[in-house]
Amino acid sequence: MKLVALVHTAWSSIGSNRLRTTLTLLGIIIGVSAVIALMSVGRGAQESITARIESLGTNLLFIRPSNDGVLTMADARALSNSVFAPSIKNVAPELQASAVVVFGENGRNIPLFGVTTGFARIRNFIVSQGEFISPAHVIGKNNVVVLGSRAKENLFGTRTPLGSEVLINGLPFTVIGVLESKGANTLGNEDNRVFIPISTAHFKVVRNADLNGDIPLTTINAQAKTGLIESANKEATTLLRLRHKVTEEDDFTVSSQQTVIDALAETTATLTVFLGAVAGISLIVGGIGIMNIMLVSVTERTKEIGIRKAMGASRRDILSQFIIEAVLISLVGGVLGVGLGVIASNLLDGLPLAGTQISTVISADITILALVVSAAIGLFFGIYPASRASKLHPIDALRSV
Amino acid sequence: MSIIEISNLRKVYKLGSVQVPVLNGVNLTINKGEMVSIMGASGSGKSTLLNIIGCLDVPTSGEYCLEGERINGLNDDALASLRASRIGFVFQNYNLLPRLNAVSNVELALLYKKSSDVRKRAMEALDAVGLGHRYSHKPMELSGGEQQRVAIARALVKNPAVLLADEPTGALDSRSSSEIMGILQKLNRDKGLTVILVTHEHDVALHTQRMISFSDGEIVNDSLTKNSMNLEHNGGQ
Repeated sequence: MKLVALVHTAWSSIGSNRLRTTLTLLGIIIGVSAVIALMSVGRGAQESITARIESLGTNLLFIRPSNDGVLTMADARALSNSVFAPSIKNVAPELQASAVVVFGENGRNIPLFGVTTGFARIRNFIVSQGEFISPAHVIGKNNVVVLGSRAKENLFGTRTPLGSEVLINGLPFTVIGVLESKGANTLGNEDNRVFIPISTAHFKVVRNADLNGDIPLTTINAQAKTGLIESANKEATTLLRLRHKVTEEDDFTVSSQQTVIDALAETTATLTVFLGAVAGISLIVGGIGIMNIMLVSVTERTKEIGIRKAMGASRRDILSQFIIEAVLISLVGGVLGVGLGVIASNLLDGLPLAGTQISTVISADITILALVVSAAIGLFFGIYPASRASKLHPIDALRSV
Repeated sequence: MSIIEISNLRKVYKLGSVQVPVLNGVNLTINKGEMVSIMGASGSGKSTLLNIIGCLDVPTSGEYCLEGERINGLNDDALASLRASRIGFVFQNYNLLPRLNAVSNVELALLYKKSSDVRKRAMEALDAVGLGHRYSHKPMELSGGEQQRVAIARALVKNPAVLLADEPTGALDSRSSSEIMGILQKLNRDKGLTVILVTHEHDVALHTQRMISFSDGEIVNDSLTKNSMNLEHNGGQ
């Protein structure tokens, strides 16, 4: 029996009981659309997290001291030497400290960053008002400060801060610039920060033990040339081992932005799969609905099965007819469910949730997966009723009313 | 030439632990082009015999050959394919699919074997039973006689080796009955179609050439009717 004829037969019998078919369809539609909508939420979370991490800057390596080691400005300068580390494009040393920043009566505990001019570019900070720290500021150990957008709001509210004087750990600083907001990301809020020249930070604010005039660093940000993050990592590691005369354990760590992205992507991928699995349960319930209806249908149509067998239908013919009916129902439900899922996912996109916004991403693989799974469910739950139908004895089937 | 050869055919039904013999050693030969009626009281085993001839049921023991091919021992699929290609069935209660119109019901008979021009052949079969004007009517919209004619068209359309009719007039009034019998006679006479029908009505049996009487699973009488004399007489002229 030809497939076209089979599908046609299946279609007409499905169509003969519209209400029942619709209700059965509904089970699959809800299941598939739930899978699509929830997985799109998971994917959306995954993509927005990746995007936020990338807002830190691209191709970044973070080099930090460990095991009581010390990183210095001399290390940073060595890393920026294109002979020693040809894969590294830019280097931005960073000295972090906590500081009490006071403007007028308003005092706040705000993380303080001693940086150089290149920091803004490497870490994707954009100046919205005034200017960033210049090389001259660093050389001159000037008392100038650039405010992160949140720090500016906290201290100045709506007032214009440029040219104003603030006290940082008791020392007077002139505000020369304000940064654009980057939003909260997984590394915390990058907007609630103040930036001063690294020399000023070391010699005037932190005043740690002097290293023969060199400045100890909390982090060296190194930006690799495009596509060379791996070799940049190796070069930095080799160079610092040589400089620090490392024989056993490294006294520094190099972590890349990619490792952070990968770790988080793994977490969110798990979340996506989990959401999909929860929705998948409703798909299975829908499949049981199909099985139920197919069993009823086999009982109701015993006579039809008898007639078809008398006409020469083999077991396989009857089996295929009922399986195709089940698959057809689930596939039609799958297609409608994808449609509904896409609509639901669009409605969810941008809704506020726990302080952030839900973002959804529909991808082809999820859609195809949902369709394949729904067809497979039709097949799986259709097999038992179909095999019951095919095993009916023609005479008994014909005698039934 | 014999189309059906049956020897020592037995059928025993098992109802729980009780064994109910239905056919007790039936011997029967039917030739191509014959029109035979099988008569008997209900429970005499006549329908069971027809079902076995029609490959819907299998005997417990004995031999059955259809067109020289041994049937007993064949598996379900082989029996289904025989039904699809060689057997035409007509039932007392028509057994049409209510969802399908007349043409589609007739097409059903061609669905399970390789066929071409399905629609055209179905229409021709309906024309042959005088229902050319009722192609697209559903069974509910047809009278009993008309429904049975659709059923005959459905049995006819695959050019079966033998047409089996189980009480084909059992649900019809006398006028429709004689119409149906007329059609079957005509098919037998004009196309040489072998027809075997089961009935318990003597009048109906008289339309055939040979009457086989059944009782308690055995053939008790097998004789030619007046009808066959006429035919032979006519043929002789």
